[in-house]
Amino acid sequence: MIKAILIFNNHGKPRLIRFYEYFAEDVQQQIIRETFHLVSKRDDNVCNFLEGGSLIGGSDYKLIYRHYATLYFVFCVDSSESELGILDLIQVFVETLDKCFENVCELDLIFHMDKVHFILQEVVMGGMVLETNMNEIVGQVELQNRMEKSEGGFSAAPARAVSAVKNINLPEMPRNINIGDINIKVPSLSPF
Amino acid sequence: PVPSLHQSHLLRELIRTIRTARTQAEEREMIQKECAAIRSSFREEDNTYRCRNVAKLLYMHMLGYPAHFGQLECLKLIASQKFTDKRIGYLGAMLLLDERQDVHLLMTNCIKNDLNHSTQYVQGLALCTLGCMGSSEMCRDLAGEVEKLLKTSNSYLRKKAALCAVHVIRKVPELMEMFLPATKNLLSEKNHGVLHTSVVLLTEMCERSPDMLLHFRKLVPQLVRILKNLIMSGYSPEHDVSGISDPFLQVRILRLLRILGRSDDDSSEAMNDILAQVATNTETSKNVGNAILYETVLTIMDIKSESGLRVLAINILGRFLLNNDKNIRYVALTSLLKTVQTDHNAVQRHRSTIVDCLKDLDVSIKRRAMELSFALVNGNNIRGMMKELLYFLDSCDPEFKADCASGVFLAAEKYAPSKRWHIDTIMRVLTTAGSYVRDDSVPNLIQLITNSVEMHAYTVQRLYKALLDDISQQPLVQVSSWCIGEYGDLLVSGQCEEEEPIQVTEDEVLDVLEGLLVSNLSTPVTRGYSLTAIMKLSTRFSSVNRIKKVVSIYGSICLQMYSHSLQALFCRNDSTVVLSKSSLFYRFNLHVLYYLVSLLFQANDLLDLLGGNDVVPVIQTTLPTKPASAGGELLDLLGDLSLSSRTSLSLSPFLSLTHSFTFFLSTVITIHATNTTEADMTEFVFQAAVPKTFQLQLLSPSSNMVPALNQGSVTQVIRVLNPQKQQLRMRVKLTYTHKGSPVQDLAEVNNFPPQSWQ
Repeated sequence: MIKAILIFNNHGKPRLIRFYEYFAEDVQQQIIRETFHLVSKRDDNVCNFLEGGSLIGGSDYKLIYRHYATLYFVFCVDSSESELGILDLIQVFVETLDKCFENVCELDLIFHMDKVHFILQEVVMGGMVLETNMNEIVGQVELQNRMEKSEGGFSAAPARAVSAVKNINLPEMPRNINIGDINIKVPSLSPF
Repeated sequence: PVPSLHQSHLLRELIRTIRTARTQAEEREMIQKECAAIRSSFREEDNTYRCRNVAKLLYMHMLGYPAHFGQLECLKLIASQKFTDKRIGYLGAMLLLDERQDVHLLMTNCIKNDLNHSTQYVQGLALCTLGCMGSSEMCRDLAGEVEKLLKTSNSYLRKKAALCAVHVIRKVPELMEMFLPATKNLLSEKNHGVLHTSVVLLTEMCERSPDMLLHFRKLVPQLVRILKNLIMSGYSPEHDVSGISDPFLQVRILRLLRILGRSDDDSSEAMNDILAQVATNTETSKNVGNAILYETVLTIMDIKSESGLRVLAINILGRFLLNNDKNIRYVALTSLLKTVQTDHNAVQRHRSTIVDCLKDLDVSIKRRAMELSFALVNGNNIRGMMKELLYFLDSCDPEFKADCASGVFLAAEKYAPSKRWHIDTIMRVLTTAGSYVRDDSVPNLIQLITNSVEMHAYTVQRLYKALLDDISQQPLVQVSSWCIGEYGDLLVSGQCEEEEPIQVTEDEVLDVLEGLLVSNLSTPVTRGYSLTAIMKLSTRFSSVNRIKKVVSIYGSICLQMYSHSLQALFCRNDSTVVLSKSSLFYRFNLHVLYYLVSLLFQANDLLDLLGGNDVVPVIQTTLPTKPASAGGELLDLLGDLSLSSRTSLSLSPFLSLTHSFTFFLSTVITIHATNTTEADMTEFVFQAAVPKTFQLQLLSPSSNMVPALNQGSVTQVIRVLNPQKQQLRMRVKLTYTHKGSPVQDLAEVNNFPPQSWQ
């Protein structure tokens, strides 16, 4: 079972937080901090699995993470999940985001947290893997977005929002933050 | 009315604003302003902006700010007709609510309606929410709806219903039965998403119920067929991941096969071929291929597979160990660790690769390699393995040293090819990782050294030389002190055969031991050991006066500090090894304590303290004392003492000598009186007389009642002064009341062991 999915940046700022087990709010924030602390001090050439971290699940609990330029994707799992399988799942999730946002970057996650949740919901449900076929996931998300659009939505269509955001002048934000070319950054996986 | 600026803020505008905050305080202020606006909007029951306000709230919640005031709003959104509203509402419910809040029950009706909605995406939202956070009551109420959807031909809903069913079963296990009929044709699905979640559901049911497991065993052939099709089917663009057809599904099926094949010969046989096929045909250049192989290996090792298949599996793990990818090496080591007991020989073949992993940079890999290496040590490879492991001990991080040292000691004990090799190995550990060895290593090592009689001279010489180099590592210093105290005579007489004997004088030895006493690197325990060693040398060396001087200076301070630290040690909750009274460690430390206490006998004005009521600061503050004789407590401690090297000696039918040792000219003897009759001996008094050349002092006995039928004993400590070193003889008179009548017993005790008077 997947106990939590955490996405945060290199400074520990949360970009997406999803717990599949109940934790009080302050414990949730503690977990985020602790996980960031554990994961950020890892070298680049060590394995992507971490034990330790005492707050979730006790001893049957592992952190499986991938680092893409400015973002950490961390899946907190128990022993019923295959470590290598989860690594692949993270890859699927990231590539799905890439397809949904057209070359996704951190900004997209920042300004469309809700949409990222909706995408994630089509991949993982109740802590269990629901769908791993990227095209399926993207297709289903698209259809739902169209439904929203036809109702008027609550903050314009995602594509428009993204371009609107990208055009907004954000002087304090460096313009070149992005996850980078995923195909290159993940050496052990070939391009899809 | 014109909506206030804030409440109509788009989510992205809020985010943009918050990101301009330069400090935490600024951010908090912005958030509070926004929350206030949102709150008032909620109060106004504004439908237009509820959706985006809840979205904003969820964003602020992620940053760590309280958002509970939005819980009810989520419910209102869920009840709305608009898909947009429901989407955010359900998400909000999943993020902000849980079954601990009564509010969540209000969702039940909405979910029920939405499960039957005409739009599949609304149904999907309901299934998702129920499957994430549905309470037992909700699950009970809605299980029927879920079961219906499990039978639908809509694959989008069917796969969600399967996972929702898993959640229902976890919450309300009794409902498992009701999903059984729907599972009948789940595996005939073509849609991989449905197949995947169906396998998850079947797995959950099999893991929860042995009956279900039995029932679903008949699915093995079908699962094998599906797996075969995945492997054999050519390129299928729909499911392809790096050239492999739906690796995630393959892994799921392999896991279910594992559960079905466990402890069942027929099922295991039925899956034998497909497992071999997957193991040999899977492309290993990508992680997805390795994930499948890994799962295959785990399955092969867990079911009743034939030995050829098992060897194949272990060889796959061996190949994994050579993979450049650290993750692959990590899972390989983890799996090998699990199988090293059952398939020891097969794992042995990969020993050298495993040992190479000791040099890996990754801490997790190093740790597993170390554990595995120790598991693989045997009589044949002990020399080679120990070389590698000692090298590892030298260079590894501190977090490994304690475990590694313990492992080396254990392995050496089991497989040492010679006593000399054993002692050398111990020396090596003590000198390179001496400060990391566990507390209980010291008495274990001393026991080992004591038993290696022919190595005494060699050992004491090596340990002495080690002390000259370095006195900072306490376990090393303690073991060395002990050995010098016991075998110091061998040291100064240069009797070493194994290597060139060194020339060392009594004074030089005493210099070293005294140095330990005064060094601020030495802990109180170490000081106790070194003082004890000095005291023991009084019977082996001739420089008695020097020793007397040292003892008189340091004696009482040492005793005080030593018993303090001993008490602290025994009051610790974390050291389970130390606290057991039968442990060598406990008995051992009492032995040293005993020595230190005995020196108090030397000071005449301190003699009374153990027998009477005089208050003496030294003992009172260090040992827990009862209001009655302070000696009694101490006696209890001393009475526990029975080191293996000194066995109980029967002096008469009633009496046995459990401990004695000689210090300077006096001998302290501990005698136990026991009673095998079926009545207690009360008013028990022990009296003794000795020949004229001796002097005798009796402490208060531990009690005056000897319980019947060996249920206890009375301990009597005697101090005998024997300036002429004559053979000890004693006349003993025991008076007691037995079955109401007074009894007097006289005994002549002549069989004291030589060490008690020589």
